[in-house]
Amino acid sequence: MTSATQRPHPVAATPGPVRPGARPKPAPPTGTPVRVTGAQSLVRSLEAVGVEVVFGIPGGTILPAYDPLLDSTKVRHVLVRHEQGAGHAATGYAQATGKVGVCMATSGPGATNLVTPLADANMDSVPVVAITGQQTRQLIGTDAFQEADICGITLPITKHNFLVTDPADIPRTIAEAFHLAATGRPGPVLVDIPKDVLQESTAFSWPPEMRLPGYKPTTRPHGKQVREAAKLIAGARRPVFYVGGGVLKAEASDELRELAELTGIPVVTTLMARGAFPDSHRQHLGMPGMHGSVAAVAAMQKADLLIALGARFDDRVTGQLSSFAPDAQIVHADIDPAEISKNRRADVPIVGDCKEIINELTAAVRAEYGSGHQQADLTPWWSQLDDIRERFPLGYEWPGDGALSPQYVIERIGRIAGPEAIYTAGVGQHQMWAAQFISYERPATWINSGGLGTMGFAVPAAMGAKFGHPDRVVWAIDGDGCFQMTNQELATCAIEGAPIKVAVINNGNLGMVRQWQNLFYSERYSQTDLGTHKHRIPDFTLLAEALGCAGLRCESKEDVDRVINRAMEINDRPVVIDFVVGKDAQVWPMVASGTGNDEIMAARGIRPLFDED
Amino acid sequence: MSTHTLSVLVENKPGVLARVAGLFSRRGFNIESLAVGATEHADVSRMTIVVAVDELPLEQVTKQLNKLVNVIKIVELDPGVSVQRELLLVKVRADATVRTQVLETVQLFRAKVVDVSPEALTVEATGTADKLEALLRMLEPYGVREMVQSGMVAIGRGPRSITATGVR
Repeated sequence: MTSATQRPHPVAATPGPVRPGARPKPAPPTGTPVRVTGAQSLVRSLEAVGVEVVFGIPGGTILPAYDPLLDSTKVRHVLVRHEQGAGHAATGYAQATGKVGVCMATSGPGATNLVTPLADANMDSVPVVAITGQQTRQLIGTDAFQEADICGITLPITKHNFLVTDPADIPRTIAEAFHLAATGRPGPVLVDIPKDVLQESTAFSWPPEMRLPGYKPTTRPHGKQVREAAKLIAGARRPVFYVGGGVLKAEASDELRELAELTGIPVVTTLMARGAFPDSHRQHLGMPGMHGSVAAVAAMQKADLLIALGARFDDRVTGQLSSFAPDAQIVHADIDPAEISKNRRADVPIVGDCKEIINELTAAVRAEYGSGHQQADLTPWWSQLDDIRERFPLGYEWPGDGALSPQYVIERIGRIAGPEAIYTAGVGQHQMWAAQFISYERPATWINSGGLGTMGFAVPAAMGAKFGHPDRVVWAIDGDGCFQMTNQELATCAIEGAPIKVAVINNGNLGMVRQWQNLFYSERYSQTDLGTHKHRIPDFTLLAEALGCAGLRCESKEDVDRVINRAMEINDRPVVIDFVVGKDAQVWPMVASGTGNDEIMAARGIRPLFDED
Repeated sequence: MSTHTLSVLVENKPGVLARVAGLFSRRGFNIESLAVGATEHADVSRMTIVVAVDELPLEQVTKQLNKLVNVIKIVELDPGVSVQRELLLVKVRADATVRTQVLETVQLFRAKVVDVSPEALTVEATGTADKLEALLRMLEPYGVREMVQSGMVAIGRGPRSITATGVR
């Protein structure tokens, strides 16, 4: 049997876009049109907007675009194994770098395979541009081979999409697509280009003039609203900063910290905002919501003022809306006016970019303090919160059957890989534990599928993040269910040089579903046992080796640190660790679906907020 | 629930109607009437959308509409300060015995006969929904063989106008 450790490996020592021997293209002076094909126009446009990496798979209708791509010295194409992987990789890349992620696919099935990642990016406001081939203009609407109305299909799951019908429109459309994806509330944009449009001869010039008369995102907040908010902040006795992913998108972590330290107000960070405020900070109460910390949930429930920054009052945060934060006034700051008062009426709405809003809030609060308005005393509020924090810290019990604790594994990975590493996750129990037990100290280190809840997100997202930051350690915290949905991208990682580390938290089950069956379906476990324990099918270490990765296994507490350290040492190829953990571990605390946040259970049957009232 | 009239200026591009209509259906709103047509500006179309919805969801749907990249401007037109019209074409059974009576009704409503045959008349009428409904009630006894109605179009009263600023 060949061991993967001895196998010659095709990984380049320094992954980079430069291909030896490629001739540099003479750059035409800006603005001067040159004759090119539509496909060349597309590739030049991608170069001009600064694209470094494209994740994709060629096929019939997108073929013309792949020809000039071969000559590009600026754009590196990563050949994935499934278009869904390309989409999530673009998302992971975008989340890790703050740049626009790009994926490419052919028409029909190639394009429809992008539907899940586009819906995912749309829910989590991730700047992604998808470029798809389309049947030739004459064949559109005739049910031609590999024809799908991808613009129609992705209409409700993209920020915008384009069907390009004239090759002359390519540069403008690409410029508009990237502008739309990256500005305002970011989101995915799809550009569908018929094959003959790619083949036709056209003129290319850059920069094109964008024509978006209906697109004017508000970034500067309204001064009066900011002053109004500052007044409430200075006067509140039980205020909380409710921080969402918008703060990360606006790259406003430093500004947030300044405002938080100026005011001394407690901070909670949502699932999408983990890392926006250091976990180690004294004012950080953790994550709110269904599996949030008791302190974070309690703070929001008892607050007299919630200052929502780039958050959207998602049902997983509010629980039953009618009983959410009943005494709180709401300051709601978001770049998307449609989010404000969508779920919870805002007393002070502020539309704008979070960075500008927080900066202006800080100045306005300072002015408020300076004008003689004393800040309300937060000491009683903090002593109440500290008491809750002390009595109900995040924690877990070691499984009764002596099996390995999944929380312990994840906690150790976080400790050993440290706050400089990037962590991605799939969806389910392992995702919640990764959100709870890894300490996030800096922005863009936690990448997950929050809104759509896409199982299988972890591996391709980690791949994308690794291409964005080749020098950083990237861990995919995955479940055995999720891992079996998208692990084919490990072949891409191995061949294209993305040595990510995958921790398969293997409890042999669809763990979160099993937890709900345990709690709400009288322990009737319908279709949740994947057999990964019982039959060891697949054997994740062998699967890893087959995909060109190192495969490790860990089954006991004593082994955990050793195996993680071993994985940290392997940098010439991806590593997969099969952590065989107990199946009965559950995610706590929990607000059961449909109940109010006051009924949060710290552990089964223990409802600290409900019982004390 | 109350009825609201939204005047929506959109880019004159393929697929825009689908985006707008899709947004309404996706968020659970039923469009009562919809009319799309050209404006004084070749690149801009104007949709008049009548929707029965409460105040809060209306605010949400307006905000969502505003997020559509092809939507340039949205104005809610108050029936009190705007002119609202629909067009009705109706084919009424009208043989020699009742033709005079039908024509009298047509004149009463300041409607027009646009087609005549020995058994029937086709009547064109414009007006508010109420007026057209009243006309139809009057014509029904003679036998309405076919009718077709346009969506409502509306324009604000007074010298001020809704224009698409930012469009070249």
